[in-house]
Amino acid sequence: MRSKALAVMLAALVMLAVLPARGTAAEPIRIGAIFSVTGPAAFLGEPERNTAKMLEEDLNKAGGLLGRKVEVVVYDDETDATKAVTAVDRLIKRDRVAAVVGPSTTGSTLAIIPKVEEARIPLVSCAAAKRIGDPVKKWVFKTPQNDELAVKKIYAYAQKAGVTKLALVTASDAFGAAGREELKALAGQYGLSIVADEVFGPKDTDMTAQLTKIKGTEAQAVIVWGTNPGPAVIARNRVQLGIKTPLYMSHGVASPKFIELAGPENAEGILLPAGRLIAEEQVPAGHPQKKILAAYIKDYEARFKQPVSTFGGYAYDAIQLIAQAIRNTRSAEPTAIRDGLERIRGFWATTGEYNFSAEDHAGLTEEAFVMVRITKGAWEILK
Amino acid sequence: MSFVAQLLQYVITGATVGATYGLAGLGFTVIFNATEVINFAQGEFVMLGGMLAVFALRWGGLPLPVAVLGSVLLVSGVGVAVDRLTIRPLRGRSVISLIIVTIGVSILLRGGAMLVFGKDTFALPPFSSGTPIAVGGAAMLPQSLWVGGVTLLTLLLMKLYFDRTLLGKAMLACACDRKAAALMGISVDGMVTLSFALSALVGALGGVILAPITLTSYDVGILLGLKGFAACALGGLGNPFGAVAGGVILGVLESLAAGLLSSGYKDAVAFVILLLLLFLRPAGLFGGRRVERV
Repeated sequence: MRSKALAVMLAALVMLAVLPARGTAAEPIRIGAIFSVTGPAAFLGEPERNTAKMLEEDLNKAGGLLGRKVEVVVYDDETDATKAVTAVDRLIKRDRVAAVVGPSTTGSTLAIIPKVEEARIPLVSCAAAKRIGDPVKKWVFKTPQNDELAVKKIYAYAQKAGVTKLALVTASDAFGAAGREELKALAGQYGLSIVADEVFGPKDTDMTAQLTKIKGTEAQAVIVWGTNPGPAVIARNRVQLGIKTPLYMSHGVASPKFIELAGPENAEGILLPAGRLIAEEQVPAGHPQKKILAAYIKDYEARFKQPVSTFGGYAYDAIQLIAQAIRNTRSAEPTAIRDGLERIRGFWATTGEYNFSAEDHAGLTEEAFVMVRITKGAWEILK
Repeated sequence: MSFVAQLLQYVITGATVGATYGLAGLGFTVIFNATEVINFAQGEFVMLGGMLAVFALRWGGLPLPVAVLGSVLLVSGVGVAVDRLTIRPLRGRSVISLIIVTIGVSILLRGGAMLVFGKDTFALPPFSSGTPIAVGGAAMLPQSLWVGGVTLLTLLLMKLYFDRTLLGKAMLACACDRKAAALMGISVDGMVTLSFALSALVGALGGVILAPITLTSYDVGILLGLKGFAACALGGLGNPFGAVAGGVILGVLESLAAGLLSSGYKDAVAFVILLLLLFLRPAGLFGGRRVERV
């Protein structure tokens, strides 16, 4: 027994001695990733994980970065901020990554920010809340559009349509609450007054009561802020109650799943801001995003045999931005990547055009959104 | 929309949702009547009913009525399996340990459903045409009539079963006194198995008729189980009529609270009223007083 244990220890020692020596020449560039592959936010994390793995393969097929292989180390935080913190510790201390992508949710992102700041590792988050990039944190960037941009897009459209009185129905989770704050804060700028402010639980199965109450007000438009399945239930209840008031939704439901859950007849006519990814075929051929979107959709769907989602695009953009920063600075050191990210201008990806600067680590404008209408179960980009 | 029409709408909505709390509650009642155990996997039976029907329809390509009936019967089988594999081996243990076992079963069933069906939400098509019916200014889905009808029918059958049939009375006898029931020649084990089958059947029925209205996913059982239990407590544990009435009352209270007060405090209002009621009438609205003979 003893000799066996000794042999194992010896083997381990030899391995330790050999590994770094072999590594110096072709040590891969390690990029860490934390996604909510399981748990309630799995609809975000699963396509993000798939996309990250796909890009790792694609980058390596094209010869890697700076002549080195790229390795994307993915951990699942199970939609739990505590697990995200454990994962980021492991990425920093054990995997020694040069940059971190994700997490998928705002809660997890806010939880790991102190860790990456302490370790001085750049983080490119795939979560949407404005708080992540405002005020600007030296080491933190993000790829999704701010909620604020979505609200502005909706308000500008509603204002043009002659709406002055609004009803809000928001989910009582982090996404809904953040949206509600922005909706209330920005209404005045667009000459809109809020006549009803209702909420629903993310697990509620019937919103007839809230809609009935709104039916009794003078609201000219209803804005719903939440992620599936709540908004789908609202779309069904609205038709059931015969409410004809125009219905706006957030970018949180910009996926084919929403139309499937609500039923095409109930989703008809709903207006929402969305990234161009979901209606790629309607993006004009000359648009700078056209080629990027077409390639991403084709690759993803060929590889995973499932439709692409906007959320996977956030991970796509995050990794491409880091790759671009590494190419630009010709270095894969964390500090160089951070500086490189901050200097990225006019970089088109699946979500929009990124223009980072020392004052802006979110990098997008309202242009990243288009207004779409759901027509006969499909997305129609509005002019 | 006039205020009266609004009120009517709140009541219709609340009663529809409440009916399913009641159906979940009925399931609690059956097992409680046979074993005095509160089966916390009841919500999972409701979930399985809806999910299996969805998947029989999607993967199996079965017609809707077959999918619905098949799913309900299959879940009933799951109920039997739960009894055979987890409850029967622990026969003779205290009621509280059996209750804890049912919590474990519920976690297992939920996890299993997540692995098999995935984490998405699904919709089942309505049983009859989807155009809403107008009732005095309020709107009602045809599916709501299905929910109401099936709930009333189930309740009626259950009442007849426990009051009029020998089998039902034998089941009640098992809860009252196991030993005496066994001495009278009642197969206690058989009765317990039957109660699990029946309660799973009723739960699955609730899940399947509700799925077209409220959508379904692997984790809907937690909330439905909780609300079903609350419905039971409100109506008086062990009383089938009380469970359904309790469910409807709870549903209507929630809906009125959301409409008239604030949608943010919907659940809080309903549960505060429940707590107050239980404080004033610990046996529930329709629960008879229990007399302990020493």
